[in-house]
Amino acid sequence: MTVKQDEIEKIAELARVRIAPEEAAEVTARIANILTLVDQLQAVDTDGVEPMANPLDAVQRLRADTVTEINQREAFQAIAPAVENGLYLVPKVIE
Amino acid sequence: MNWEVVIGLEVHLQLATRSKIFSGAATEFGAQPNTQACAVDLAMPGMLPVLNEQAVRYAVMFGLGIGADIGLRSVFDRKNYFYPDLPKGYQISQFQAPVVGRGEFEIQLEDGSTRSIGITRAHLEEDAGKSLHEDFHGMTGIDLNRAGTPLLEIVSEPDLRSAEEAVAYLKTLHSLVTYLGISDGNMAEGSMRCDINLSLRPRGSSTLGTRAEIKNVNSFRFVEKAIRHEIERQADILEAGGQVVQETRLYDADRDETRSMRSKEVANDYRYFPEPDLLPVVIDEAWVESLRASLPELPAAKRQRFISDYGLSTYDAGVLAASRPLADYYETVVEGCGDAKIAANWVQVELLGQLNRGELELHQSPVAATALAGLIRRILDHSISGKIAKQVFEAMWAGEGDADTIIAARGLRQVSDSGALAALVDEVVSGNPAQVAQYLAADEGKRKKLAGFFVGQIMKLSKGQANPQMVNELLNQKLAAAGSDGES
Repeated sequence: MTVKQDEIEKIAELARVRIAPEEAAEVTARIANILTLVDQLQAVDTDGVEPMANPLDAVQRLRADTVTEINQREAFQAIAPAVENGLYLVPKVIE
Repeated sequence: MNWEVVIGLEVHLQLATRSKIFSGAATEFGAQPNTQACAVDLAMPGMLPVLNEQAVRYAVMFGLGIGADIGLRSVFDRKNYFYPDLPKGYQISQFQAPVVGRGEFEIQLEDGSTRSIGITRAHLEEDAGKSLHEDFHGMTGIDLNRAGTPLLEIVSEPDLRSAEEAVAYLKTLHSLVTYLGISDGNMAEGSMRCDINLSLRPRGSSTLGTRAEIKNVNSFRFVEKAIRHEIERQADILEAGGQVVQETRLYDADRDETRSMRSKEVANDYRYFPEPDLLPVVIDEAWVESLRASLPELPAAKRQRFISDYGLSTYDAGVLAASRPLADYYETVVEGCGDAKIAANWVQVELLGQLNRGELELHQSPVAATALAGLIRRILDHSISGKIAKQVFEAMWAGEGDADTIIAARGLRQVSDSGALAALVDEVVSGNPAQVAQYLAADEGKRKKLAGFFVGQIMKLSKGQANPQMVNELLNQKLAAAGSDGES
């Protein structure tokens, strides 16, 4: 499987990961290498190989609808960079 | 050009659970900011979601309510996007394998006709927090109390053709989910929010035009206005030879317009992938059947029963069956008074009228269903006339007691004593010789109208308390006698 540099650039933008222009080619090559490794693994013939322990047949457990959490706002907000009137403050997100 | 409007709706319904979909924090509305946002809701490192059974139960109940396929194995996915009110950087939602598959339900339009609207799917997801853009020294305030509130996103087929149909769809949906008790349906508190997908195409065309999506409209009235406005906007563009841009728009209620929402946004690419923190949800068929057996009577069935058992019109049945409390109230009145049609009339005209005027909800009504039944019984046994009954109802509304107490205290009991009524009839007939002569000279057709004059006078003289049937009878006898006296 191949991957193009502009795809890497787009994914980086969507993921809000900054890749400097001079790094882009190298990052693309490294990811392409990983994908090649995956292709290699996919190509292995596993017929007749007993699967390892895996969670594929496990199903989700559900919890009862009860309130179990208490208000710990003070503790959480003590480590927030900026708070006011109980709100977390972040850089303005609309123009 | 004659355009056909094509609308599909995505409704985000808040489910009425006590705790959040993936955490044990409370969901109560109106709490102080961030007091109901726990470590899971805040996306603290290492926190894991655990699914709320009640949310799954409510979703399945909805599916059963619309006759949909229930996804016996459903999967949660991550929908990735960045916004400060979504601390994880992704919303846990369902993409490939939703809990509710295809279904449909019937909507009733204002004119009484019905249409079947397809539901594509309904899936469980978590709500985001709330951003407050007011003045925080150029910063945005974030309240994460709502983050993690369970939502059922209900996606319709593009089957709706007008603003009226869209509103009828939402009202039917609202009625259904409140009957099921899976949501409080409180629009003002955001329990039911709606995204509108709308496009136009030349009438007769079978391909869809380019659509615009209007986000987060939260009242029936705004949905109607937003749609009307958007139809006009798109028609103007198309008629000027332009093309509608596929984009997200926002309805501004203050200016009554829609406007483009995110100009700089990269085209939506949510990179959905299976949520690795949650295993597939497997639903037991026996559980689904037990839920099916426990469903309450739903609005459509109730409406049908009101028509067939009580002889109500489609319209009346629609109004009375629209909400479960109102239907229950109505049926209590019917049970207490024994006359379904008079009960329907009193509930719709007097009760709903007073509630509207006072801007009250049904549960705030000062007149209980049994008390209204007591009043109607007094009309049915001729103790009071319908007109006097309205006075009594107003007094009941004002808290003066039950019907019998008010009738006794105010001396309103209808006069059914034939001797006393005959005296009143005599007094009016002999006091109006000119009208009597006019009546006798008139032909059969006009007599009915002229007789109304005498009835009016008699009722006035009795302060409205004369038994109208008896008055009519006595008056007819009296006038007939006057006629034969004149001839002899």
